[in-house]
Amino acid sequence: MSTAALARRSPAKPRRLTMRRAMPYLLLAPALTTFAVFKAYPILASLRLSFTTGSGADTRNAGFDNYRRLLDDPLFWTALKNTGLILAVQVPVMLGLALLLALGLNSAFVRWRAVWRLGVFMPAVTGLVATGVMFAYLLNREQGALNWVLGGVGLPKVDWLGSPFWARMAVVLVMTWHYTGYNAVIYLAGLQGIPKELYEAAMVDGAGPVRRFWSVTVPALRPILLFTVVLSTIGTLQLFDEPYVLTRGGPDNATLTVSMYLYENGFHYFDFGYASAIAYALTLIVVVFGAVQMKLMGERE
Amino acid sequence: MTRVLRLRGLPLTLLLAALTGLSVAPFYWLIVSATQENSDIFAWPPKLVPGGHLGENLATLQDKVGLVRVLGNSLAIAGLQTLGALVIALLAGYAFAKFRFRGRTVLFALLLSTLVVPEQVMLVPLFQMMMDFRLLDSYQAIVLPGLCVPFAIFLMRQALSGLPDELLDAARVDGAGELRVLWSVVIPVMRPVLAALSVFLFLGSWNQFVWPLIALRNPDMQTLPVALATLHGMKTSTDYGAILAGTAVSALPMMVLFLVLQRQFISGLLAGATKG
Repeated sequence: MSTAALARRSPAKPRRLTMRRAMPYLLLAPALTTFAVFKAYPILASLRLSFTTGSGADTRNAGFDNYRRLLDDPLFWTALKNTGLILAVQVPVMLGLALLLALGLNSAFVRWRAVWRLGVFMPAVTGLVATGVMFAYLLNREQGALNWVLGGVGLPKVDWLGSPFWARMAVVLVMTWHYTGYNAVIYLAGLQGIPKELYEAAMVDGAGPVRRFWSVTVPALRPILLFTVVLSTIGTLQLFDEPYVLTRGGPDNATLTVSMYLYENGFHYFDFGYASAIAYALTLIVVVFGAVQMKLMGERE
Repeated sequence: MTRVLRLRGLPLTLLLAALTGLSVAPFYWLIVSATQENSDIFAWPPKLVPGGHLGENLATLQDKVGLVRVLGNSLAIAGLQTLGALVIALLAGYAFAKFRFRGRTVLFALLLSTLVVPEQVMLVPLFQMMMDFRLLDSYQAIVLPGLCVPFAIFLMRQALSGLPDELLDAARVDGAGELRVLWSVVIPVMRPVLAALSVFLFLGSWNQFVWPLIALRNPDMQTLPVALATLHGMKTSTDYGAILAGTAVSALPMMVLFLVLQRQFISGLLAGATKG
C-alpha cells in the first residue's frame, strides 16, 4: 500500500528503478554477445569437431579416432618433443637472465638506469614476424652478421638454421632476445615494491648480499616469479610465429612445434577434425602445466 | 663517497650497457640493411653504415606486395580493433565494478576462464564461421574476433573498482543518465588507464599473425606481417633489401611510439603482472 502510494506520488521512480536494474546487462551486452559468438562458440565447436572426420556436408562422427590417431602419430610426438625441448631451455635461461638484469636496473650503483631500461625493453614492442625475418638474415651461416661477430672473437661459423640442434637454439635465442627485457621490467616493478626495512632488518641480522637475495628478494618476488613462469610456459607451449618465419619447422622437423603441426593439418590439409583434436590436446597440456606450476610454486603461501 | 659509489657501479653499468647493446644492435643492423642495395645485404664483412637505397627498396616492396595498401590494412584493422575492444571493455568493466546484479560473479568467471584456452583452439571454427558468412578476406574477419578481450575487461574492472561511488552518485543526483556519467565522469578520470590499454591493444593487433595468416589469403587484404612472412617464405624471393625495408616499416613505428609513450607502453604491457 505504502509503495503504491509512493509510486503514485513520484511516477518517475519505478521506471528509473527498472532502468537501473537493466543497466548492467545493457552495458555488458556488447561484451557478452561478442564473447558468445567469437569465443565461447568456437571453443565448444572445436571440441565437437575433434570427434568428427571429413569436411563440409561430408562431416561424419568419428568417436575418439582423431585422438587415437594423435597418440600414434610420430610427427605429433616430434612436435611435442621439440616444443618441450625449447621450453626447457628457453624459459629458465630467459627468466634467470631477466632477474639478473632487473637486479642491475634496480641497483643504486648503476648510472643511467632509465636508458638501459628503455633499451632492453625495446625488443618487446617489435612484432614476432619482424623479429623472425630480421634474425633469419642475422643468423645466415655464410654471411650472417652474428657469425661475423663470432668470427671476430675467434669462434667458428655456426650453422644456425641448417642443423637440427642449432635451429632449436636459434629459436631459443630469438625468443630470449625478444622477451628478456620485458620480463626484467616486470621484475623491476616487483623489486621496487619490496620495503627497504626488510633489507635493513636483514643487514642488522648480519646477512650478506647473497643471503639477502635468497631470504628477502626471492620470497618477496614469489608471486611475480610465479606469474612470469606460468606466462612464459603457456606462451612457449603455443609457439608458432618464430619458427614459422625463421625455419618453417625445419631442418628435418627439428623446430616443428605443436601449433605449427595444428596449422599444417587444419589449413594445408584442411583436416579440421584432426586439427581440433591437436588443439584440445594442446589445451590439456597448457592447463596441466599451468596448474602444476601454480601448485609447486604457490605452495608456500 | 660519491666517487667510490661511482667506481663500484662501473662494472655493473658496463654490463648493463653491453646487454642494452645486444638488445638494440639488431635494430641498428635492420636500419643499415634496409638502406642497402640487394647485393650488399650479405656483404662480408657486413655493412655498418646506412646506404642510400631505402627508396628503391620500398619501391620494390610496393611493386611486390603493395606496401601502401598492406600498411593501410594493418592500420585500419589495428585501429578498429583497438577502438572496439576499448569501448566494450570499458562498458563491461564499468558494469562489473559498479553494479550489483544477478549473475555478476558467474559471468565474470566465465569471461576470465577463456584466458587459459589457447588461441589455436578457436582457429578452425572461426575459419568455418567466416567462410559461412563470406567474411574471409575482409577486415571484419580479423576485427570481430578481437573485440572481446577478457584481459582488458578484467583490467577495466580493477581500475574502476578504485573509483569512489560518491563521485558517480553526485553526477546521478544531478540527473545525469548512466551514459552521461560514463562520458563526463568515468572517462576523464580513467584516461591514463585507457591510454595504457589502447597501447596494449593496438600493439597486439598490429603484431598479430596466425589468424590473419589464415583468414586473409587475398594479397590485397593482407596485413603487413602476413605479407612480409609470405614474401620472406617464397623460396625464389631474392628481394632481400625490400624484405628488410618492409621489416623496418613494421618495427620502427612501434619503436617511435614506444619512445614517445614510454609510460603508457610499460604500464600497458605490465598491467597484468603488477596487479598479481
